[in-house]
Amino acid sequence: MPTNENGRFGIHGGQYIPETLMNAVIELEEAYNKYKNDSAFNAELTDLFNEYANRPSRLYYAEKMTKDLGGAKIYLKREDLNHTGAHKINNCLGQALLAKKMGKTRLIAETGAGQHGVATATVAALMGMECVVFMGRVDMERQALNVYKMRLLGADVVPVTTGTGTLKDAVSQCMREWTSRIADTHYCLGSCMGPHPFPTIVRDFQSVISKETRAQILEKEGRLPDAVIACVGGGSNAIGSFYHFIPDKDVQLIGCEAAGRGVDTGETAATINTGRLGIFHGMKSYFCQNEYGQIAPVYSISAGLDYPGIGPEHAYLHDIGRAQYVPVTDEEAVQAFEYLSRTEGIIPAIESAHAVAQAMKLAPKMDRDQILVVTISGRGDKDCKAIARYRGEEIVD
Amino acid sequence: MNRIAKAFEQHKAFIPFITAGDPDLETSRKVIEAAIENGADLIEIGIPFSDPTAEGPVIMEADNIALRSGTTTDRIFDMTKELRNRYPDIPFVYMTYANVVYSYGTERFAERAKEAGIDGMILPDVPYEEKGDFDPVLSQYGIDLISMIAPTSKERIAMIAKEAKGFLYVVSSLGVTGTRSSITTDIGAMTSLVRQSSNVPCAVGFGISGPGQAAAMAAVSDGAIVGSAIVRIVNEAGIEAPGKVGAFVRETADAVHSVSIV
Repeated sequence: MPTNENGRFGIHGGQYIPETLMNAVIELEEAYNKYKNDSAFNAELTDLFNEYANRPSRLYYAEKMTKDLGGAKIYLKREDLNHTGAHKINNCLGQALLAKKMGKTRLIAETGAGQHGVATATVAALMGMECVVFMGRVDMERQALNVYKMRLLGADVVPVTTGTGTLKDAVSQCMREWTSRIADTHYCLGSCMGPHPFPTIVRDFQSVISKETRAQILEKEGRLPDAVIACVGGGSNAIGSFYHFIPDKDVQLIGCEAAGRGVDTGETAATINTGRLGIFHGMKSYFCQNEYGQIAPVYSISAGLDYPGIGPEHAYLHDIGRAQYVPVTDEEAVQAFEYLSRTEGIIPAIESAHAVAQAMKLAPKMDRDQILVVTISGRGDKDCKAIARYRGEEIVD
Repeated sequence: MNRIAKAFEQHKAFIPFITAGDPDLETSRKVIEAAIENGADLIEIGIPFSDPTAEGPVIMEADNIALRSGTTTDRIFDMTKELRNRYPDIPFVYMTYANVVYSYGTERFAERAKEAGIDGMILPDVPYEEKGDFDPVLSQYGIDLISMIAPTSKERIAMIAKEAKGFLYVVSSLGVTGTRSSITTDIGAMTSLVRQSSNVPCAVGFGISGPGQAAAMAAVSDGAIVGSAIVRIVNEAGIEAPGKVGAFVRETADAVHSVSIV
């Protein structure tokens, strides 16, 4: 979906940021336009994808799950098998390589579940760059193992205590940090959100997912899938999973939002389903907010989906009806987390489990000759402790 | 001549910033009255936002306090109206974030703000490229959308200055709001770039801690804006805030007014 010259997707997107950052995003856009079609840059990135991050990721036929659910044939796109255990590495390798070309020596990043923070810390170590990760205080408690990993990788992890101490506050703090130190610093934004050109850059680096899926499914099945399902917080693994299928009108695109305790409870992070149009974190899009435009505290069991907004390209795909965004509750996601572990021997990230839950609802209603692709955006090791607690069991280290 | 232009006419302007509703709207009103009585030339009234990405810790905390105390945009309109009735001549400018206006409905916001007697709006997350969402509507209601320039603006200054209305907000330093021990940016170089393309008054803000710095900034521009230093006084003084802010404003306004207009 090409952006227009102002970085808009329909009415969404834009550059709603302080004047202090304008030249930084303009410089980033110029650099990206210079390198995105540069064959040497792309060869270097592909080499990093393949040799370092373990791409291409597998498209795995989940035969037991398919038979158990008794409907559509289910394939899992295994982003959990990437180095660092999630799709986040795709974007980080791309952005860090771009930042290096721009002469930047320092990366800053926000993180929710810690996966993007770990991926950023990883590429910073690989490329010899300084790294500072901002993480909400609450998320640091929920994802202590990832905090340790980031520090082990040489990153400085800064707790964010403002607001709800979660992902949105980490993004805000990262933006504040960027305004105070721009010359040597690239903001390695982790999702397809924020001011232009970030939503486009992140989408392009993540679109490797659907590029591979498309080729893999054609090879295995000789046809395109009937639906592609992915979880959506800011929406980077989903936009990456959707992108190369957008022109294929017969492929249904389904984003799974975190409904938390339910869309009617107020304890939810389902932006499309409960939010409305607004301007925040550099972009026009849909946001969970009150009648006065104050950003609402959001909730999900998943720290990675616990965000009050959604990337502008998703907002646009929703507006034009090209993609559907459905709410999935904590309970449904936890059941899917347990189901995939038991059925296929694959422990998905609790974020990805939201997509698995939707597949469990849809597949039985579909015909056996239909095909569903579900993106497993990350692995679930980081979530075991929290899910055990959700089920009333304490894991003592 | 409108109220904002008049504020810069006699002498260099001193512009205090007050977060509306910190600790409550009644105190804010008294603090603003004290500032006006003690020589402020223009009042910047902050409408609190849940996630103010251009603010440092002091104003962030003030926004939290204000929202917790039940402050809403509608109640701030009411407070502004009372102040406008009492002070018909002093310019009032709202400082808030894009979503507060956009979510309220920009047209509806502009209409209410005009009724309340507002002269200008500062939206730190609306740069030149995005002002089309707000400026045409605000203009219809006679409200100036105040443009900002920053130390990183460089070649953008001319473009921004040419279309600037009311006054131009010169961001003194990199980073967010909050007092700084020194300001190292060459503000004079920025304001002379502005002068090449516009006669709009330039007021310097971000990081100004007291009378000395305010006077120094006014010397290389047309005025000084003080935010966090005043908000900190409000937070520390509680019920005595109006008196303490009044004394601070008197001292700072005198220092700024004593800088001669070149």
